[in-house]
Amino acid sequence: MINELGHFALILAFAVAIVQAIVPIVGAQKGWRGWMAVGEPAATAQFLLIAVSFAALTHAFVVSDFSLKLVWANSHTDKPMLYKITGVWGNHEGSMLLWVLILSLFGAAAAVFGGALPPRLRARVLSVQAWIGVAFLGFIIFTSNPFLRLAEPPFNGEGMNPLLQDPGLAFHPPFLYLGYVGLSMSFSFAVAALIEGRVDATWARWVRPWTLAAWIFLTIGIALGSWWAYYELGWGGFWFWDPVENASFMPWLLAAALLHSAIVVEKREALKSWTILLSIMAFGFSLIGTFIVRSGVITSVHSFASDPQRGIFILGILALFVGGALTLYAFRATSMQAKGVFSMLSRETALVINNILLAVAALVVFVGTVWPLVAEMFFGRKLSVGAPFFDQAFTPFMVILALILPIGAMMPWKRARLGRVVKPLIPAFVLALAVGGLAWAVESGNSLLALVAVFLGSWLVFGAMTELWQRSARNFGRLKRLPRADWGKATAHAGLGVTFIGIGLLTAGQIEDIRVAKIGEPFTVDGYQITLQKVEQVKGPNYTSSTGTMTVEKDGKLIGTMHPEKRVYPVQRMPTTEAAIHTTPLGDIYLVLGDPQDQGGYAVRTYIKPFADWIWAGAIIMALGGLLSLSDRRYRVAAGARKSRAASAQASPAE
Amino acid sequence: MLRKTFFALALMLSALLSIGPALAVQPDEILKDPALEARAREISKVLRCPVCQGENIDDSNAEVSRDLRLLVRERLQAGDTNSQVIDYITARYGEYVLFEPEKRGANLLLWYLGPGALIVALIGGFFYVRSRRAASEGPAQPDLSEDERKRLNELMGE
Repeated sequence: MINELGHFALILAFAVAIVQAIVPIVGAQKGWRGWMAVGEPAATAQFLLIAVSFAALTHAFVVSDFSLKLVWANSHTDKPMLYKITGVWGNHEGSMLLWVLILSLFGAAAAVFGGALPPRLRARVLSVQAWIGVAFLGFIIFTSNPFLRLAEPPFNGEGMNPLLQDPGLAFHPPFLYLGYVGLSMSFSFAVAALIEGRVDATWARWVRPWTLAAWIFLTIGIALGSWWAYYELGWGGFWFWDPVENASFMPWLLAAALLHSAIVVEKREALKSWTILLSIMAFGFSLIGTFIVRSGVITSVHSFASDPQRGIFILGILALFVGGALTLYAFRATSMQAKGVFSMLSRETALVINNILLAVAALVVFVGTVWPLVAEMFFGRKLSVGAPFFDQAFTPFMVILALILPIGAMMPWKRARLGRVVKPLIPAFVLALAVGGLAWAVESGNSLLALVAVFLGSWLVFGAMTELWQRSARNFGRLKRLPRADWGKATAHAGLGVTFIGIGLLTAGQIEDIRVAKIGEPFTVDGYQITLQKVEQVKGPNYTSSTGTMTVEKDGKLIGTMHPEKRVYPVQRMPTTEAAIHTTPLGDIYLVLGDPQDQGGYAVRTYIKPFADWIWAGAIIMALGGLLSLSDRRYRVAAGARKSRAASAQASPAE
Repeated sequence: MLRKTFFALALMLSALLSIGPALAVQPDEILKDPALEARAREISKVLRCPVCQGENIDDSNAEVSRDLRLLVRERLQAGDTNSQVIDYITARYGEYVLFEPEKRGANLLLWYLGPGALIVALIGGFFYVRSRRAASEGPAQPDLSEDERKRLNELMGE
């Protein structure tokens, strides 16, 4: 009964979305207020209906209702409650339902909080948002219905991929989707602006918070996924340039670019058509990401759905939306007149370079991701593109970006004098060189990578500090009163630096030791005495585990007792490794228990991972910076008002 | 009862299966000579496991990856250089196992697209910025209309 209710609500939501897709925009074109007003209740109703549907599906998972095919295929009565709930989106159909739930949530948010928007713009935005909703609700109902029943419900379910039964991965998809789908808002605003034929500072002020929010969610989602790979896959890698990872990374890069170009539109009324294009492309890449993951066209470790029919459907949606938006763009882009003027050396120019670097870097990731497909289709070559390519082709962009970022961030709008910008940064630069040199000297391999990465990372951190210090006119009291946007910007940039340092030091300095460890016989890795004390068989809720007990000592002092596990999930007949990680701010000790050996003892892998957690700490700091900036919105709006009043008082054009 | 039997069966089966896959690099594979082993590791990074989904042979648990790891070490001990080992394996398993695509033929497009696009974008950016600077010498452009400004102030005031 509840399942049917959920199914019915989903179909009703589809109908409401169709109404919302047509009525408000027709109203906006014709100037009929009544029709335009339909958008708001429709968006709210659509969200509520999808929420009911989602709740019904969650209920089926919680009570293990195996009469639903989806629940049977992805759940099991022995599964812990947490994973019964996260199992709702741990599969294709459920994750698409989560996708539209978030899409309609953003639509409803725009309806509820968009009261101050010009009514025509709001009507158009809501309609465009509903077009996306119609496409994806149709996709779910016609190709991926989560509410299909089984005639004879089996006793128990098939269970869920054990790799997915993990808190890190359980919450990874919702964050990622909040990011992907959040970019649909900037897309809808961009298309509405193209229909309207105008883009101005007010428009940018509306788009920026949505983009910022999407970017924050993407940052957290990507960090969660990377952290999960680090501790779950059993060798402590944090990024593999896997197609599915790239699928989330490309929208992140473009959202970062959009975030910066929207500032130029907002403050200086330049880069308008470029910003519109970026809005379209950022969401386009979210759709491409969805396509790559959902179609399984480029198979990868994380992909759990591969069905060509669904792939073609999503490809159709992609072609329709991106193609349609780009066509509209081609007709209307010329009507976007830039107003602000600036010189070669200015914050505007710095942000143009930022956008070029981020966009081309995203292009490199994109081409690398689809190249195996292109090569096979057009050149008949079956080949692979992996980490060695991306490391070489992508890294230079990040190096250049980090080099110029602190200088660009210090530049004033309109016109800058290089001497004035660079001079306060000299101490930061020297300090960063010193820290990089220190890393180089201390690092056992004297690796160049450690030197460069630590230098760049510290340069970003010290540069961000210098910027705050300069902005507050070198006064501690004023430092506290700086607008949150300034703090947000500096924090996010410093977070990037922290991630740089983590990646550089981890990659350059990690130590690996693989050996057969006999029970009770200590061995030494990097100055740590490690002993495998015992291995026990333990039974978990839905798995059995060989749990090791290992002690780690340094100079006779016990540092920690660690329990690496090797689990077997009988329902899926799948073994997983659960590494034991001892975390300190300066690095992790990472232990993996392998198979028992014929001549006694166990295969044991020990990794020393210097500064590993800095990578994700940096990402969290970046997200925090975004959050700080987002919380400053009211201030920015007020400041904008003051400025425009001042401008109208002068009654002369700015330039 | 039935469920219990099934469970026990599944457990047995899984125990059997778990003997099968060997986990990544095994202790018995490692070469005595650390320099040679380090080279083997470097080579392994660019070799893809032919049956897995995007793992290199060092990280993979598949049997064929173990064979490849042993093959790499065999060739190294026979005195091959790194590139000879890679060529040897590519000749037998095809281009597919190379994670770093060769810089030849159509792949040149892949390798040089990034730098090429950067140069084009920088040139485009340069002309754009120059046009913005030149705009300052042209006639001043009209600002917001009076109505628009009123609306903006209304918005800002909220």
